[in-house]
Amino acid sequence: MTTAMSLFFVFTADEEDTVIDSDGRQERAKEKERKKERDRKRRRNVARRASSARKEGKELEDRPGREERRGRKKRDKEGKGKGGEDERQEEVKNDTVAKTQKNFSNENTRKLEQKEIEVVGEEDGDTEEKRKNGRPEKGGKKEDNGRGETVEKKQKKKRVETSAEHESSEEEEDEEEKVGEEKPEVLSPEELEKLKEEVDERKKLISTLRGKPWPMRKKLLTLRESHEFVEKYEGALGKGKSRKLYAYKVMMLKKWMKFQRDFENFKTACVPWEMKIKEIESHFGSSVASYFIFLRWMYGINMILFGLTFGLVMVPEALMGRPYGSMPRKTVPRADEANAMDFAVLWDFGGYAQYSVLFYGYYNSQRAIGWLKFRMPLSYFLVGVGTVAYSYMVVIRTMARNANEDGGGDNNSFNFSWKMFTSWDYLIGNPETADNKFASITTSFKEAILEEQESRKDDNIHLTRFLRVLANFLVLCCLAGSGYLIYFVVRRSQKFALEGLESHSWWERNEVNMVMSLLGMFCPMLFDVISALENYHPRIALQWQLGRIFALFLGNLYTFIIALMDEINLKREEEEVLKLNMTIWEASLYNGTMGANSTAPPITVHPADIPRGPCWETMVGQEFVRLIVSDTMTTYITLLIGDFLRAVLVRFLNYCWCWDLEAGFPSYSEFDVSGNVLGLIFNQGMIWMGAFYAPCLPALNVLRLHVSMYLQCWAVMCCNVPQERVFKASGSNNFYMAMLLVILFLSTLPAIYTIVTIPPSFDCGPFSGKSRMFDVIQETLESDFPAWFGKVFSYASNPGLVLPFLLLMVLAIYYLQSTSKSYKQANLELKKKLQTQNEENKKKTKMAALKAAMDLEEAQKARSEAPRQQRKNNASQQSYTGEKNTVTGHLVSSFVFVYPPAPRGHRIPGPLPGNQWQPAPSVQRVPNSQRHRV
Amino acid sequence: MGTTASQLRKDLLSEYQVVMHVFFRAHKRFSELLSKEDRNIPTPRVPMEKVLSLPELKSNPFRKRICHVFSTSDMKDGSLTFEDFLDLLSAFSDSATLEIKSHYAFRIFDFDDDGTLDGGDLEKLVNCLTGETDDTRLTTEEMRQLISNILEESDIDKDGTVNLSEFQHVISRSPDFVRSVQI
Repeated sequence: MTTAMSLFFVFTADEEDTVIDSDGRQERAKEKERKKERDRKRRRNVARRASSARKEGKELEDRPGREERRGRKKRDKEGKGKGGEDERQEEVKNDTVAKTQKNFSNENTRKLEQKEIEVVGEEDGDTEEKRKNGRPEKGGKKEDNGRGETVEKKQKKKRVETSAEHESSEEEEDEEEKVGEEKPEVLSPEELEKLKEEVDERKKLISTLRGKPWPMRKKLLTLRESHEFVEKYEGALGKGKSRKLYAYKVMMLKKWMKFQRDFENFKTACVPWEMKIKEIESHFGSSVASYFIFLRWMYGINMILFGLTFGLVMVPEALMGRPYGSMPRKTVPRADEANAMDFAVLWDFGGYAQYSVLFYGYYNSQRAIGWLKFRMPLSYFLVGVGTVAYSYMVVIRTMARNANEDGGGDNNSFNFSWKMFTSWDYLIGNPETADNKFASITTSFKEAILEEQESRKDDNIHLTRFLRVLANFLVLCCLAGSGYLIYFVVRRSQKFALEGLESHSWWERNEVNMVMSLLGMFCPMLFDVISALENYHPRIALQWQLGRIFALFLGNLYTFIIALMDEINLKREEEEVLKLNMTIWEASLYNGTMGANSTAPPITVHPADIPRGPCWETMVGQEFVRLIVSDTMTTYITLLIGDFLRAVLVRFLNYCWCWDLEAGFPSYSEFDVSGNVLGLIFNQGMIWMGAFYAPCLPALNVLRLHVSMYLQCWAVMCCNVPQERVFKASGSNNFYMAMLLVILFLSTLPAIYTIVTIPPSFDCGPFSGKSRMFDVIQETLESDFPAWFGKVFSYASNPGLVLPFLLLMVLAIYYLQSTSKSYKQANLELKKKLQTQNEENKKKTKMAALKAAMDLEEAQKARSEAPRQQRKNNASQQSYTGEKNTVTGHLVSSFVFVYPPAPRGHRIPGPLPGNQWQPAPSVQRVPNSQRHRV
Repeated sequence: MGTTASQLRKDLLSEYQVVMHVFFRAHKRFSELLSKEDRNIPTPRVPMEKVLSLPELKSNPFRKRICHVFSTSDMKDGSLTFEDFLDLLSAFSDSATLEIKSHYAFRIFDFDDDGTLDGGDLEKLVNCLTGETDDTRLTTEEMRQLISNILEESDIDKDGTVNLSEFQHVISRSPDFVRSVQI
């Protein structure tokens, strides 16, 4: 790199010269000839220095090997010399190296002189060489000078090749002498330091080897050599005891690395459904697969939520809490006992299901249960908070990671190129999908071209605008209508519930859920029709569609929640009445028994007979569970009817139908990625909302997702056809995540509202008897922690402290926001700078190319004048050619972009002791991509 | 499977693991491709036809280019040794870096192997992307327009071709390149 840089400076300096003297052609040509010679000399020097640096490394690397061998021999002779073995060895090394170097240096001075002479002779040959070099460079576009020359050239080339070896050997010796001059002593502290550096570098190379675009063989070769090198010299760095320790440490490190690698492999092997998803990916492209990956991710989150609620809430209560039938809240009331086991009731999550660990009401408010003294209410509360907190954390972390990966694909400046270079989805392995992809790429190309043409003349903007406004108006009407419908239905169902469910038909009982599911099914289709009016680009249209469906679902959900709130208030009124009745009932019971027998044992009433409150929490939980179940059922049924049945009908009726069903109207269905993703997101939102009142919800959801995975995989593979417009999903990844975040926020809002503002029922649930649910925290603080802790906490929660803290947080947010803004600004500035630099460099390159072309022409002229001289001297050109090519490669790449160039062969820069390795030209398969440029 | 895997020396295996991401599956797939008689040769080569029949490559329009790029064969017949095959898989694995991917993608797109993407390369590339059938082909006018647009965007030094650095520059801005170049 350093050589490349220095050369670059030489080059640019020349460039400026040429710019300045822009007189007649003749003069410039002369000037250039002179300059060229100068330049050539300089360049050759640079090149030689570069090669010598490399070779020096190689030579040095050989030496220690030799030394060690000798050293070992000596050691063997010495036998059991223990004490100063190390030092002695070092001395021996020094001796031997010094001797060898002396020998070499004598020889080298002679050779160097010879070489100096040759360098002078080389000058003329250079031009010829340059032309030869230029020929393949220009791709035969510019010059074609007849056949006769090529024959001549071939002959020359041969000669050049034969002489090349000679040259290189000379060079080797040359730089060996330099080494001798520079370092009379070997393995001095500095040497050791260098050795250490080298070892470190090798290690770094080993660790970054994966990221190199080299062929496998080269990678292996490099790896093996580096390993050997590291093993050989690592030991030499330490001394005596520390060496052993060092070796041990290295060994352990190796073992640890291996373990990590194995663990990584194990982890990838453990990812579930990988093969299934890969198969779908190959058939349907990455967008459909992205849905399944999202589903899997969701499944993972729900697994953890399920683990939390199951392990910390449900199991402890079931095992250690009071058994069923011991309390009113844990017993089915007498009136319902008769049909508490009926399937219809259980399906509705009434009867025995209602009075079980599945719902909030079953839990007892006893502070500590079982021999573990498990704090049940506290655990219930913390799990509720923890699920929400965990979900927030995961979603936000994933979003941040996605945003990082996106890497600022912000500007549209490479629209066409991206379409060209990145549109093919390499995951596609199915010919049919591939055909669709071809078609979609073609249309996208055509569209892009059309857009490009149309962007200049945009007519009828008013009509489009009008249509868009109209479409949005229609959609708003739809949304409002669906919201009203749901509100109406919920209200009606409340009326029915008050009258008693038994007197109504099945439809009237399940109206709410059915209406919600039906709306969720048909409204998106309506939106789809409406969006045809708008004439958007498909990607934007998809986002609008998603946004609208999102709004619809959200509206429906919130209407549902508002209706639920009404119901909660009703229940609470009922509860108040009941509380009053309760005291009357107890008094009457007391009086009645007292009157009959004064010495009777305390009255025992069966818990099923005790009157109880309506327990609004369980009601809310039940509503959510019912909603989830009906939603799941609708999804599965639409899947079976809409996809499977349709596919079967199309497939088999096609034999006896008057038009082609497969290609014509009904055809097979496509997999609706956006709709499915939205369904998943809303389902999750309901889980988050309802999980506090029904701890069974995460379990249900895990079950649902599990079944979905298999069912949908099967359905996709057997009855869907690949999408006609196969678009890539990655762009919308964070879009989905953002939706999930919004939903998460919106669904925790009502849950938190109910927890904070509504007092819990007096006779059911873990918080019964408290005025608010979060009182459980205070209770724990008072009774389970030492007094000072409670005091500290009460001080900390003092508004005088909380408010400044909040203020501080707001300030911190503001500060971070402004710094990020300024960073962004700085980024922009840098970008601009880069662009201007690019432009300048472009100009320079152009000039350089021009100049090179001129050089070439002149060189040709010169050659035709004096062909003889060149033939004489062409022997010493080969090495120069090679150097020049690689060097110019570096040059171009390093100043066209400021980006780091792709490594073209690994090269260790400085002269280092023990550099064993050099890029082997036969293996180096790096493209000659830069050759054309200069 | 155990027998074939154990044929590899253990140290060689660990070396492969350092430079490679997926190993065992790769070896399995590779030995499936080999015919019976080939297995006894020390460095067997799989002919290009067999590699092309892999389901992952079957419908890829660049499959022949991929074989040629990764082949180290002297015959230029696109046949792959095991090491070449590993190269291929690791370049297309999802943990390969952008640099590796863009490097190989460039070479895949460089149809005439001259180190730059010129008009001819781009035309071939468009034809690959739009498929073989006539109804999806672009007309010459469209093609000309498209190529000039592409060159306008990505040919920064305006020499009429896209070289590796320019290509990487364009690709590195793209949000979904790394994800799309996977098998």
